[in-house]
This record gives sequence, C-alpha cells and structure tokens, in this order.
Amino acid sequence: MDWGSILSNTAQQLLSPATMAFALAALGLAIHFGFAGLLNMGIAGFMAVGAYGYAISILTFGFPWWAAALVGIFASVILAIIMGIPTLRLRGDYLAIVTIAGAEILRLLFLTTANQEITGSADGLFGYHASFRAANPFPEGTYGFGPWTYNEVEFWVLILGLILLGLAVLFVWRLINSPWGRVIKGIREDEDAVRALGKNVFSYKMQALIIGGVIAAIGGIVYALPSAVNPNVYVTSLTFFVWTALLLGGAATVFGPLLGAIIFWVLQAFLSNVLPALVSSGIMPFVTATQAATLRYVLVGVGLVLLVVFRPQGILGDKRELTFVK
Amino acid sequence: MSSSSQKLQSVEKTTGLHVGEIEPGVKKVDPIITIDKVHRQFGGLTAVDVDHLEIPRGVITALIGPNGAGKTTLFNLLTGFDKPDTGEWTFDGDNIAGVPAYKLAQKGQVRTFQLTKALGLLTVLENMKLGAKHQTGERFLSSLFPFIWKKQDDEIAEKAMGLLKKFKLDAKKDDFAASLSGGQRKLLEMARALMSDPELVMLDEPMAGVNPALTQSLLDHILDLKKEGMTVLFVEHDMHMVSHIADWVVVLAEGRVVAEGPPDVVMKNPAVIDAYLGSHQDVDLGAVTGRIPKVSE
Repeated sequence: MDWGSILSNTAQQLLSPATMAFALAALGLAIHFGFAGLLNMGIAGFMAVGAYGYAISILTFGFPWWAAALVGIFASVILAIIMGIPTLRLRGDYLAIVTIAGAEILRLLFLTTANQEITGSADGLFGYHASFRAANPFPEGTYGFGPWTYNEVEFWVLILGLILLGLAVLFVWRLINSPWGRVIKGIREDEDAVRALGKNVFSYKMQALIIGGVIAAIGGIVYALPSAVNPNVYVTSLTFFVWTALLLGGAATVFGPLLGAIIFWVLQAFLSNVLPALVSSGIMPFVTATQAATLRYVLVGVGLVLLVVFRPQGILGDKRELTFVK
Repeated sequence: MSSSSQKLQSVEKTTGLHVGEIEPGVKKVDPIITIDKVHRQFGGLTAVDVDHLEIPRGVITALIGPNGAGKTTLFNLLTGFDKPDTGEWTFDGDNIAGVPAYKLAQKGQVRTFQLTKALGLLTVLENMKLGAKHQTGERFLSSLFPFIWKKQDDEIAEKAMGLLKKFKLDAKKDDFAASLSGGQRKLLEMARALMSDPELVMLDEPMAGVNPALTQSLLDHILDLKKEGMTVLFVEHDMHMVSHIADWVVVLAEGRVVAEGPPDVVMKNPAVIDAYLGSHQDVDLGAVTGRIPKVSE
C-alpha cells in the first residue's frame, strides 16, 4: 500500500473547490435549517441555479465572469421567492416536500433535450473559463507546497474560493449574533410565539430562505468555477451530502458547516483511496476494487445514522442542546 | 387555606364599569375592545358567536366558560391568530378585523398561550429581548453593523433584567428556557410579553398547571399589571381566582356570551350556574348527560 499517495490525495482534498463549495452550501443550509428551522431539502437546486446561472450567462449571453456570478446569485433569489411564497405559510414539513420537488424539477429542466441549446442537456456546460482566467491576477507558475501545489489557474480558484468562504462565514456570524439572528432562532423554536411578540414571521422566513439560498448558490458557482456544470451533480444525493456535512459540524453553528464539509470531503478522499488499496493488497478479499470505492457511500450513510443518534447537535454544537429534546 | 382566603378578600375591585343595566353585551364606560357580530365556525360546529361585547379598559376582565365554550377561539380571533367568518372588532377605536397577529402585537395588544411557548433553545435573556418592540438590529441590513444597534440592545437587556428580577428569574438569565420548570416558563412568557410595554395583556389560562405558591405570585403579578395601568383579559377555570382578582367577568357557553358582570353578581346568575358552575352537583353525572337512565326513577 502506497500510504504516501493516499495521504497526499487526502490532504489535497482539504483545500479543493468541492470542499469550499460544500462548506458554502452547508453554511447556507445552516441559515435555513440550523437557525431559521426551515427544512430545505432542495439545497442542490440552489447550487444548480448558481452554477447554471453562471455558465449560461457566459456561454449564451457572453457576460464577463463576475456579471455571470451575479446572475447566478440573482437566480437563487428568484428561486427562494418562488419556493417560499406558497410554502412558508405552511408547516415546516411542506417546505421540505416542495424544495425537494423543486430541486428535481430544476434538474430535469436542465437535463431535458428540449433546452439543449442553452443547458447542454446531459452533457452539461463547459468551456466557459476564458473570462475568469483572463481576470487571474497571478502570473503563470506553480504556487504552494507539498500536496498543496497548484498552477496559476487552480491557485486563482483557491484564493477566490477562500475569500468568498471567509466573507460568507463573517457575514453569517454577524447576522446570527444580532437581534435579527435572535428573531430567526425564535422562529425556529416557535413561530407563533414570535408572531405574538409583533414580528413579521413570514418576512423573516423569506429573508432567511433568500440569504441561505444565495450562499448555497455561491457554493454552486465555486463548484463550477474550475471545471464544468453537469446535471448529474445536482441530484438529490448532493442535497443529502450537504446535509451530512451540516449535521456533522453542527447545524446551529457558524463554523460547523465549514468543519463538516472539510471532514466530509477529507474522509471521502481518504476512503476512496484507502479502500481500493486495502483490496489490492489483499486485506479486504471479500469485495472487488470497484465495490470498495463505492463502499465509502455506505460508510457515509452509516456515519450519518450514528451521528444523528449519538451526537445530534454535531461536533461544534452546544452540548446543552442535547439535554432538551423537544 | 383560611389565611390565604382572608388575603384573597383584601383585593380592591374597580366598580362602575358599565352603563345601564347589567346584561350580556352591556355598554362600558371606557371600552378598549368592542366586538360586533363575530362568528367563527369549524365545519358544523359554531365555536364563537358573539353578538356584542365590550372589554373595559384599565381593569382585569376574566373570560370563563366550560370546556369548548370558545374562549381560546375568541382569544385567537382577537389576536389575529385566527380569522372569523363574519364580524368586526375594534381595539382602541381602530378597526382591527383581519389585521395580522404581528401588527396587533405592535399596536400594543400582546398575548400568552395556554400551552406555554417559551423559546426552548434561546436563553432566558434572549427570550426577553425578543419581546422588545422597534429594534433597529432586527432589520436585515442594520443587523450586520453592531454599532448601529448595540446601544439599543444594551438598554433592552437592562429593561429585561429589571423585569426578570421582578419575576425572580434573574439568576437564570443565561440558561436555556427549555431548562425552566413549567411554572417558570409561564412566568417567563408573561415577563416577555411585558417587554413590549403593552396596553392590553391577554393571558390564556395563566394558572394552568402551576403550583399554589406560584399561583399566588402570578396573581400578584397580574394585579400589578392593573396597577401599572394595563388592561388584562384572561381565560381561567379556577373560579376562586377569578373572583379574587377580576373586576369584570364574561361568561361564554357554546360560543355565546351568556352573562357578564362583576364576579359576585355573575356567580349568582342562574344561567352561569347552569352552564358552567353546575346545578347538578348532587346528581349522578350520567343522569345529567342523559346517557345513563336514572336509577331512582
């Protein structure tokens, strides 16, 4: 077994665009679920409108990359409003049903051949990088060290991703520790009580849905920045992976989603490297190498179950929250 | 009990609230709420059917009636948590029919719930702060800049601590509300309601499930509200307490106002005894409901 390459591959994942994208999406979901109590099961849809909004704006309308990113963000605001207006007046479970359906409808709209010209159908969208790479402030060369060595394009993605992530964390932290955050946490606990205290609950829930949706869409854009947009990425299991990352770190925390996304991806990278290696070195003779690579999803599922049962508040969650199960 | 019942008699009542002869729907000298022809039906069941009712200002009014009389439904209608099929009602002279709950709360009409709604995973102090009105920091954009709202937030915290001290919850300010006992949650909910400096406080069964010692202090708090110039409307089942603190009693049965008046008058009203207090205490309950044939006949 080549431990060197296993560990190096694992370490690389720590700062990958996927990790940053998940951290952003999980942070958006933390606003939805962790703080406002909105059961959004369609976070993949918000990431998809961000990514597609970005790619379509460049490929079809020839926007510069930053304007395209703004279009992606704007699209997520529209999506939040469309989903929120009919459902935010209802009980939380309905939002879950509508959002999961909404995300699937979006994915199928992106997938259908009827819109092939614009969405690329099953092939997805690619080759939209010119404007983004032209804006790269870093000259050609290699940056970083050890497993974290990048060319100038990868480095530009990394730096931009980190800046966006940092800003998003600061933004959410400020928001949550303000009277605004107090109101949405109150709504999570009991919206009728908050209504009785004179707060416009519908408006606050809508604001939370939009803000979380925008952060998730930024995650989708970061995911799309270095590579391509493919409809097979924005499936329901993406939503569940983001949920896993969120619950792992702690739903009602600001840094939990960040930590959860890192653990989720680093663990994925580690397992996808180590499991096939175990098979080829004869330690796990009962599965094939291909099966071993898929085994990680089974392990993620088992991990999520154990987590929800034994540490529902997540790694960074407040221990006291465990004591008071509603 | 003898000492406490002596204490019960010592509360001074406000009188002379009505104009003309006492009857259901009688005019008040200074009503804070007037209700006209409010009708609410759930399927085939008429929950509330109030022709005319006025709630007097600055005093304590009790709303009593048997289970299912429509007390909580009337509460929900008045506070905007439910919408009537027909009817009009005013608060402070303004027509408030169809006004959403949060706007009514901003107008100075605040309520508590029969099943206490403490916000469990917020601390006691955060619960209190949430009650304050007109907070700059609750607006999305200004919430991002603490220097805009910090001063106001500190003032709110100071006011909250004052109230918590009065309700003997100040030692618990950093605990989650979920860690409070049922009675303490009732106190917290009431204290939180007072953070908004309301004109009218509506309490839905404030004494339900509260031990006798705490009941006494809750009663004192309610009497304090009146002393501070607030109007109190509360739902209660315990007639002892109603006659102790209420200046005016409204009796609902099957959604209608069957009687109203000062407590001592209402208690003697045959309609009230019939509908609520019970005229059949000495008769087998099965015989009263008619489900079981009387044995003696």
